[in-house]
Amino acid sequence: MKAGVIVFPGSNCDRDVAVAVEQVSGTAPQMLWHGDTDLPDGIDLVVLPGGFTFGDYLRSGAISARSPIMRAVAAAAERGVLVFGVCNGFQILTEAGLLPGALMRNAELNYLCRDVTLTVGTADSPFTRRYAAGETLTIPIAHNDGNYTADDDVLDRLEGEDRVAFRYAGAVNGSARSIAGVIGGPRRNVLGMMPHPERMIEAAHGGDDGRRLFESMIAAVG
Amino acid sequence: MKALVHVTLKPGVLDPQGRAIQHALEGLGFQGVEDVRAGRLIELQLADDTSDETIQAMCRQLLANSVIETFRVERA
Repeated sequence: MKAGVIVFPGSNCDRDVAVAVEQVSGTAPQMLWHGDTDLPDGIDLVVLPGGFTFGDYLRSGAISARSPIMRAVAAAAERGVLVFGVCNGFQILTEAGLLPGALMRNAELNYLCRDVTLTVGTADSPFTRRYAAGETLTIPIAHNDGNYTADDDVLDRLEGEDRVAFRYAGAVNGSARSIAGVIGGPRRNVLGMMPHPERMIEAAHGGDDGRRLFESMIAAVG
Repeated sequence: MKALVHVTLKPGVLDPQGRAIQHALEGLGFQGVEDVRAGRLIELQLADDTSDETIQAMCRQLLANSVIETFRVERA
């Protein structure tokens, strides 16, 4: 699998997710600078990592979503390349219009950094095929702005099209319909999620419930 | 010339920050605070020939997120 991790100014989970990709796939991803205008030829997977890019100025992810490389990411998503955004990466994908909705300040205004229980919403995606729908996972979160918001029509459409990848099992951050991760793209090839699966891929992390997400992507790419 | 862009949350969108401000005002003893909505004011210093359409485009493309926010432009 040919993977790339985009590094924005203020990304801070870029190396974590690169380690996860390498440990699970056996091949290190390329680190890509946000100011580049092209992605490497033949890329299979683009990862937008967590962080606090551009200091969360204006809105979380708003400035990064207008970075030069995002035009290439949008074009790749349209071609069916896997695009995976974690935490700030999810915020960037919504700001870029590659996923619907927006991530607002957590309902209780607290920065939340802890393990949460997730329910798998669908196994029908290149990111979740190694899970079973309804399965519960333990994955950590670490965010200020994870409160997923969209109007009812959009939420109904996401549910109707089976595009909710993950939900929080209990009240966490005020997200509409407890949504923690959303699928988009012409081939269900874009995923954004607030929790950090790259922090749960081996026993030393306290669990490996995030590992199968990476295995799913590798299996999907072949 | 200067343009003031007022960005506010759409009417129906819950505003956790506004609610926290409201609670803090109540904690200070102020009564009758029925609702608080927090927004953002962006001051743009622009070339004099900048068109309204251009300012509107700036708002739509970056300054406001149309999923959750509305904006109002005031030329100062």
